[in-house]
Amino acid sequence: MKQVAIECNDIRKSFGSVEALRGVSIKAVAGEVTAIVGDNGAGKSTLIKCISGVYDADDGEIKINGEVVKFVNPEESRSFGIETVYQTLGLIEDLTIWQNLFLNRELTKGVGPARLLDKRKMRDRSEEMLKNLDVYIPSVKARTRGLSGGQRQAVAICRAAGWGSKVVIMDEPTAALGVKETAKVEELIKRMKAKGLAILLISHNFDQVLRLADHIWVMRQGSVMAGMRANETDGDHLVSLITGAATGGKSK
Amino acid sequence: MSVNRNNETASAEAEAVSKSAKSRIQETFRDPFFWSKWLVVVAFLLIVLVFGLLSPEAFLTTYNLNNILVASAIPAIIVVGQTFTVATAGIDLSVSSIMTFGAVCFGLAFTNGWPLYQCIIFSTLAGFVCGIANGLIIAKREVNDFIVTLGMLSVAAGAALVLSDGKPRQIIDERLANVAINEFTHIPYLMFIAFAIVLVAHFVLFHTRFGTHLLAVGGDPDAARAMGISIVKIKVLVYAISGSLAGFAAVLTVSRIGAAEPAANTSILLNSVAAVVLGGVSLFGGRATIFGPFVATLLLQALSNGLTILGVASYYQYIAVGVVVIISASLVRTSNK
Repeated sequence: MKQVAIECNDIRKSFGSVEALRGVSIKAVAGEVTAIVGDNGAGKSTLIKCISGVYDADDGEIKINGEVVKFVNPEESRSFGIETVYQTLGLIEDLTIWQNLFLNRELTKGVGPARLLDKRKMRDRSEEMLKNLDVYIPSVKARTRGLSGGQRQAVAICRAAGWGSKVVIMDEPTAALGVKETAKVEELIKRMKAKGLAILLISHNFDQVLRLADHIWVMRQGSVMAGMRANETDGDHLVSLITGAATGGKSK
Repeated sequence: MSVNRNNETASAEAEAVSKSAKSRIQETFRDPFFWSKWLVVVAFLLIVLVFGLLSPEAFLTTYNLNNILVASAIPAIIVVGQTFTVATAGIDLSVSSIMTFGAVCFGLAFTNGWPLYQCIIFSTLAGFVCGIANGLIIAKREVNDFIVTLGMLSVAAGAALVLSDGKPRQIIDERLANVAINEFTHIPYLMFIAFAIVLVAHFVLFHTRFGTHLLAVGGDPDAARAMGISIVKIKVLVYAISGSLAGFAAVLTVSRIGAAEPAANTSILLNSVAAVVLGGVSLFGGRATIFGPFVATLLLQALSNGLTILGVASYYQYIAVGVVVIISASLVRTSNK
């Protein structure tokens, strides 16, 4: 029996009179890819922002490895092992790869006000982090600006996976990528899964969801409509659940 | 740029793995940042060479080069603060007024019989307070940095006039005068002080967490915030540093003039922004060096010094400095595309 890495119970979030989340409960298992699908405005992004600490949920609880946790900002969420790979923002172009990997987690040496960056250690560790997920980049000393879209996403994913994290949230990780690069990122996701991470994947691409996911949650108008194993469904079924043409009954 | 990136993606990875040392050097030369970094050094040497050839017996003397160093020291300190604000994609237009305000505060403390070190701390603190005010309004209230520091320019200048009643105060102190006059191995004390600040600033920018976070905030504030970096903290600190350096530079001005004057020193503001641009710091933030603007400061002083020696009236020197700045900015602009 695999361990439930993250569990959300009855999460609610409103913006003024708009109910973005009307009591959402999902869970994701370690070593699995859990996909969240739904139309625009279904509440997927709001949900992951509650999980990653960007939003503070109005109600409901989040459990990590069975323990109820509470956080109000991304940093606290990160301290519980929840990392997010964003669709657009993430890496800072003017900084090098190793600087990005260690951004706001820089290693220092020395004491007191004379704390200086331990650049060599960070470069060495950066190389390890990339190698650990079989990502090949010419030099960690290169500026991110010169990297291709796929390489950037790979670096961003390595950053999310490389910090003893338990849950990695990916919001449309391949939306801006070409076919070849998408394949590479998908490989990367499989390797992360093999390392026992729980991956929460948001994607509009049903083929991708069916290829990668072990479990799928369908959201519609701020609620979870259905939850199923990926091998029990197909694209048409998903579409009918998302549009509301079919009802999934009680989510499981 | 983004169009290029997509075309390159397919072959980039395979290519990248087998990158030789030679191609890496080629890449360095193609990197516009590399050129904007070294452009200023080349330009500086060129200017020294030209004036040296035009007027070898007047320009290239120890006495004159020493003059250039003395004149560069105070601007060099202001430029460090300006570099920090520009690196966060901001600007500090109030540096010259803060300097005046600091000088007046120094004068007040001094005539009240405070010990010298307390006067120095007081002047620096006065600048620090102005800088903190700038930073808090810019970062917390999210008001445009240009407007806030422009307002502070007026506030600090006015406060200096009010506190001093518009009159300069003579400051007679042997130790202060010594700092301004003396030199060691032909290098003036003032320059040693400036260079020490430059060195510390370099270490802060490139060898501390604060420096990395500063560049991150300047390069991409949203991405920096997503990684948990406090933009407010960084911005407040950056303007506080700029203000404090202006307050400290005021002490050196007092030591040079021998008086605390409420008169505004506007050319130092223009020069500081000019040196930052010339020194290859991106006005969009995220990319900076400390030594580039430092060399640019020397360059600007050498330029006006050389023109003076050639007998060019100071009116024309303003034009020359302005033209150099605009040309260098447009050079950097095109090479960044």
